[in-house]
Amino acid sequence: MKSEYVIRTRGLTRYFGARPAVYELDLEVPRGGVFAFLGRNGSGKSTVIRMLLGLLQPTRGAGEILGCDIRAPTPEIRGRIGYLTEEHQLYRWMSVQECERFQSRFYPRWNERIFRGVIDHFGLKAGARVKNLSRGERAGLCLGLTLAPDPELLILDDPALGLDPVARRSLVESMIQLTRQSDRTIFFSTHQLDDMERVADYVAVLDQGVLRACCPLDSFRENVRQVQLRFSGTPPKLPKIPGLLQAVRTDRAIRIICVHYDETVDGVLQSLNPTELEISEIRLEDALISYLGRHGEKSFILPETVQP
Amino acid sequence: MNLNITITTGSTTPIYKQITEQVRHAAATGRLTVADQLPSVRALAEELVLNPNTVARAYADLAREGLIESRPGRGVFVIQKRKVFRREEGRRRLEPLIDTLIGEAMAMDFTPDQLLEAFENKLSEWKYEEWSSSKR
Repeated sequence: MKSEYVIRTRGLTRYFGARPAVYELDLEVPRGGVFAFLGRNGSGKSTVIRMLLGLLQPTRGAGEILGCDIRAPTPEIRGRIGYLTEEHQLYRWMSVQECERFQSRFYPRWNERIFRGVIDHFGLKAGARVKNLSRGERAGLCLGLTLAPDPELLILDDPALGLDPVARRSLVESMIQLTRQSDRTIFFSTHQLDDMERVADYVAVLDQGVLRACCPLDSFRENVRQVQLRFSGTPPKLPKIPGLLQAVRTDRAIRIICVHYDETVDGVLQSLNPTELEISEIRLEDALISYLGRHGEKSFILPETVQP
Repeated sequence: MNLNITITTGSTTPIYKQITEQVRHAAATGRLTVADQLPSVRALAEELVLNPNTVARAYADLAREGLIESRPGRGVFVIQKRKVFRREEGRRRLEPLIDTLIGEAMAMDFTPDQLLEAFENKLSEWKYEEWSSSKR
């Protein structure tokens, strides 16, 4: 029976020298759907991806990918995973067609129709040389090479990096095309929140090697709330508020951003006797920035099952 | 039939809500009428470049409200709009919207009479009989 999760890690940790690049990661990626992996530069996203693929050994902790131990993925498992790196590594002297012929030899399940579909979508000619391609075209070629083996799990490491808006849109469209098969999973890291908002079902946020959130995208957004408190005089000192991410004080008001706004938080805020208390929704980008910024206390939105 | 839904990313309104709001608006203004067919989840998702699950969620919400109905094998259709909220609940949701309207109008130096007039003019453009058929 196929597992419910295509990726699952427990306490996955990797040190580089004395510095933990990834610390105690409990990550669960459900089968089917699109999973976005967010975090600042250097937060450890690529390190996680490389460990998942068996390209880097963890210092400690465990993980499974398609039911196989990440420390020793079998060639059969590797064949079911598509991996697109940030660098778009290709042989510069090859033509698009030669790249395909070369790559297809490694995969028993090569689907030429998928390859043609993707490169047409990116407007690539079969005879074009890699060295003459733009960055967006190289990305399209790499995506075609990655998708043609019809992978069960697609892992994309910052696929939108350096792409112009047209190439980025082609990339997003290709990802949506892929969801036609409901058992396919896409796991991708990105900084492009607009694209992410269009395609992601789930989101995980990594901050300095630590997982800060892992949930459906809608829950992430619904969990983060902005509250505006107005006062007739100088605002009082803020007491301890569970889940506070950010607080900004002005002459007559305090604006806070917090996770898990509930009766407890409401009670605390009401006890400050504001003349007005207004709760509003927040843009995804603001939610993420307040999450990764250095204000307020750190909080967690994690599924129940992985809460410590 | 062209729905003309436009999606804004980076908004405070989640994408599925942008879809439900625009379909509701189209139904309320008569651009969509009973028995009109909507695009399939997959077709709308590809047209708007969205995850199909987002469109599915919007359609599910609209179906729950009784605005649309999915007929297996045939498609998604607009059906008679039924009562959505209890009267008090509806009023609770309506009030903040009216506050916003009045606040904005005051900031633009409209007098109450001018605001009323503008409001009545706009109201007459909407097909009131159609949405009043659900007597509350």
